[in-house]
Amino acid sequence: MNSWLSQHWQALSQTLRQLVNTPLSSLLSIVVIGIAFSLPLGIYTLLGNLQTISEDVVKMPQLSLFLKLNATQADIENINSQLEEFPSIASFQFISKEIALQQLQQESGLADIASNLISNPLPDAFIINTQQISPDDLENIRTTIKKWPEIAHVQVDTDWARRLDALLRLGQLAVLMLAVLLSFALIIVVFNTIRLQILTKRDEIEVSKLIGATDSYIQRPFLYFGAIQGIAGAAAAWFFIALSIQTINESLIELTQLYATDFHLSHLSLQDSLSLLVFSALLGWLGARLSVAQHLSHIEPE
Amino acid sequence: MISFVNVSKRYPDGFEALKNVAFTIHPGELVLLTGHSGAGKSTMLKLIAAIERPTYGSIMVSDQNINALKKNAIPFLRRSLGLIFQDQKILYDRTVFANVMLPLQIRSFEKKTAAGRVRAALDKVGLLGKENAYPVTLSGGEKQRLCIARAVVHRPSILIADEPTANLDVDYAQSIMEVFRSFHQVGVTVLIATHDTSLLNDTRYRTLTLNQGKLVV
Ligand SMILES: Nc1ncnc2c1ncn2[C@@H]1O[C@H](COP(=O)(O)OP(=O)(O)OP(=O)(O)O)[C@@H](O)[C@H]1O
Ligand SMILES: [Mg+2]
Repeated sequence: MNSWLSQHWQALSQTLRQLVNTPLSSLLSIVVIGIAFSLPLGIYTLLGNLQTISEDVVKMPQLSLFLKLNATQADIENINSQLEEFPSIASFQFISKEIALQQLQQESGLADIASNLISNPLPDAFIINTQQISPDDLENIRTTIKKWPEIAHVQVDTDWARRLDALLRLGQLAVLMLAVLLSFALIIVVFNTIRLQILTKRDEIEVSKLIGATDSYIQRPFLYFGAIQGIAGAAAAWFFIALSIQTINESLIELTQLYATDFHLSHLSLQDSLSLLVFSALLGWLGARLSVAQHLSHIEPE
Repeated sequence: MISFVNVSKRYPDGFEALKNVAFTIHPGELVLLTGHSGAGKSTMLKLIAAIERPTYGSIMVSDQNINALKKNAIPFLRRSLGLIFQDQKILYDRTVFANVMLPLQIRSFEKKTAAGRVRAALDKVGLLGKENAYPVTLSGGEKQRLCIARAVVHRPSILIADEPTANLDVDYAQSIMEVFRSFHQVGVTVLIATHDTSLLNDTRYRTLTLNQGKLVV
């Protein structure tokens, strides 16, 4: 056990020495991997941020129910009582055409237009908050209410969020494909670095084989190198994204203050970040493993 | 300790370097192997270390059948040997000390013990003062002694040397031979391939002679 540990420790320190001894080429390939990874990673992070918004909206579905312009007070009361008995509606609120007009007038820029109107063009409306229900149920409510008399239009306010959500899922698929593609790129970069390393260490490998080094002993530093390169590349990508988020958030502050909301981009979760590191370590290891299998067997002492 | 039974070696290009060779070297023996250039001396030593595999016949080394050895067992065979190569195989990018450390490093020796052993081996061949030197700065004889130190640092029971005194003058050759004798005296089995007549004149030791790949009796 002790000797097993010391073997691995030896291989690891050899690997780190290799990294330090060739700083430029090490740095270069790490940055290349970092840049390649930051593309899908950046999109993924952005999608994640947009998804939290759309999820928040989808979680509180809202319906707007517009009455016909000629609806009477009796119609309104009728609808009111029907809504009270309707299942899966959490709350609703009546907004009369007068209040709607007032609201319109209060909104800056539109005041002039509103006060110039001869008659009120706005309909009476109900804003309905449903309980948490599936999009299908929401659609059912919409079609049911639509059939009631004196209803002009029922609008599901979460439609755009659902469309966004669907779009985000499409985006995620694209990211996945991009990630797969760039994972191959990482494997190839590591494969090639290890190939060059094996070439420059040819003599050492040959002598080691001659004096009785096992294949796993010879391979070990290269495998470590591949894994470390993967991790370092992923960490670089993570850092690039962190930097971008920082920059974007700084300029967002101004915008959010203007709209009095608290929206900011957040980075990958801890779990996602760790998965990223583990995944890229595995990819790097795989690239090194393939390279070693391909190139070490060619070095036979004579 | 080492025995060849009807061993032939044909290289991939069809050249037959060893023809029906048979001999036995007993534990603790010091044996010299000689023959003209191209006679097959190096080929024979490579067969012992499984660097080349025989075409016919069987080879036993320390009770192991080399023919039946699996690929992943070869490193462990080589660890039981101390090998000195005709082309030396010195690593020029590291110090004398690091070169001699290599056999212990692949065995994952503890650092302090290993350093002690390396110094002892360098002391034995008279290179202790040069441990931090790089191999390019060494003379021909010093390089040969570096190779010996690397071959014995892990205390093998069999020492196999291919032309350890090549290109050295008589005095140097004698001092290197002295080192081999001292290993022989402590019970190490030693096999030296050479065509250095100053070594061969020593009648104390058995000599195997190869001629065109055949053992001369
Ligand atoms: N890898 C190889 N492929 C083909 N032929 C080889 C190979 N290695 C050696 N030979 C041939 O086998 C013969 C014996 O070679 P070997 O190296 O064993 O000779 P040697 O006795 O050690 O000679 P020297 O004293 O010059 O070192 C030579 O004719 C050589 O050309
Ligand atoms: Mg030879």
